[in-house]
Amino acid sequence: MQLALFLIFGLIAVAAALNLLLQRHPINSALSLVVVMMSLAVLYWSLGAEFLAAAQVIVYSGAIMVLFVFVIMLLNAGEEEHTRGSRAAYLAGFPGAAAIFCLLTFVFLSERKALGASTIGEYLTGAVANITEISTVLFTRLLLPFEVTSVLILVAILGAVVLARKEH
Amino acid sequence: LRDTTLTQQVPFLTFLLISVIKLLVVFVITLTAVAYTVLLERKVIGRMQNRWGPSRTGPFGLLQPLADGIKLFLKEDMMPLAVERPLFLLAPIIALTCAMVSIAVVPFGAVTLVKGVDIFQVANVNIGLLVILGITSIGVYGIALSGWSSNNKYSLLGSLRATSQMISYELALGLSLVGVVLRAGSLNLRDIVDSQSAHGLISWNIFGGFQIVAFCIYLMSAYAETNRAPFDLPEAETELVAGYHTEYSSMKFAMFFMAEYANMITVSCVATLLFFGGATSPFGHLFDAHLNGPILHAAFSLFWFVFKIFSFLFLYIWVRSTLPRFRYDQLMSFGWKFLLPVAMANIIVTSLAMALRAR
Repeated sequence: MQLALFLIFGLIAVAAALNLLLQRHPINSALSLVVVMMSLAVLYWSLGAEFLAAAQVIVYSGAIMVLFVFVIMLLNAGEEEHTRGSRAAYLAGFPGAAAIFCLLTFVFLSERKALGASTIGEYLTGAVANITEISTVLFTRLLLPFEVTSVLILVAILGAVVLARKEH
Repeated sequence: LRDTTLTQQVPFLTFLLISVIKLLVVFVITLTAVAYTVLLERKVIGRMQNRWGPSRTGPFGLLQPLADGIKLFLKEDMMPLAVERPLFLLAPIIALTCAMVSIAVVPFGAVTLVKGVDIFQVANVNIGLLVILGITSIGVYGIALSGWSSNNKYSLLGSLRATSQMISYELALGLSLVGVVLRAGSLNLRDIVDSQSAHGLISWNIFGGFQIVAFCIYLMSAYAETNRAPFDLPEAETELVAGYHTEYSSMKFAMFFMAEYANMITVSCVATLLFFGGATSPFGHLFDAHLNGPILHAAFSLFWFVFKIFSFLFLYIWVRSTLPRFRYDQLMSFGWKFLLPVAMANIIVTSLAMALRAR
């Protein structure tokens, strides 16, 4: 069941991500990104992280991407022109990117312990009703990072207000 | 997924069969309810304006929804030349699908097991409330895309209004529900209903839980969220022709229409579950001794649920026929500067009261 879901939605996610790059119109790209995020939410759910799945849908597909679409609609952005791209990018870029990806994956996987991986999943015991456990962990052991993150977001909001404010 | 793990002792085929039947029945009932809500609206508004409303088709006009349906099916399906075709077709589908899907997590009766499967809820999800909120937030795309793909300035303005209005009021709506979730200690809709079932009326969240402020915020944001009067600016006919569905005709228009009424039913369901004790009786367990037999018990819980939903729909219609439309800037400042702070204050007061009581 989980494997079937993973295959279906993993393929949808990859296809939508490719579509995102290949589409000429920004609104189609934005919608492809929505599809990617929804498929990721299904993958999270199939792994038992239902709260993460819901947060992914509500925050990313529901709020952030709606704002993207809203801005595209508001600016009435038209179709983009695709350039052929430079030869150097094709010859050096793709192998280079693949090499860096492989290197990073290798380092992260082999040196997991040394890097001090603190996945939140470590603290969770059961997969059922994990929302209670997540909140307990967030508000006890990981309280400081949690609050620091919210301060960070607050700073970002203040920055946006300062930038958007009209000069009097 | 969670549902299958909960009912593992039930044979898979039985579970599948009962689930499919449940799905079909709920789907058909919701569509019928949508059709008759439209009739109810026309009748009630008619009476409030001192006229009859539809009364010629069938007894009391009861066949009017059927006639309307046939009319919409048979109308010419126009496809304007300048539209963005794929998105133009996709938009009403998104709107209607999102409106219909969230009914799946609503428990509309007391737990009634048939061969080990609860027949009064399609899927008992741990995070049912978040599922409803998530699906609602996806439903915005239907309206946003319809306006943009129509390539019409009135449609675009209507959908821009709808999108910004729905994003803004979603915050107040979500925050107004936090108090209830705090009291229930769960996001499972069944648990939230159970937390209010002890003594009937006085243990409902709106009275016994002192969540009346949250309820008022929820009700107002829900009206804005479903684009209904007095917040129906996205389709304000005096300024925007018909708003986001100006270019739509025939069944594509009908899908938007059905989505709006299905959304009304969904938000009424959520209000009932979260603030009015769901399918529990207002008299608590007072008459349980007289309800002999599980069938009568189930029937009464279903009756209370339907009665509460009906009251909310009636309120919707009542508000529509009495209140004038807001101005757009008033709507926005009301949402951000009044509803949102009050919702936050409600969370603080509720959690403070709960913390003090827990000591």
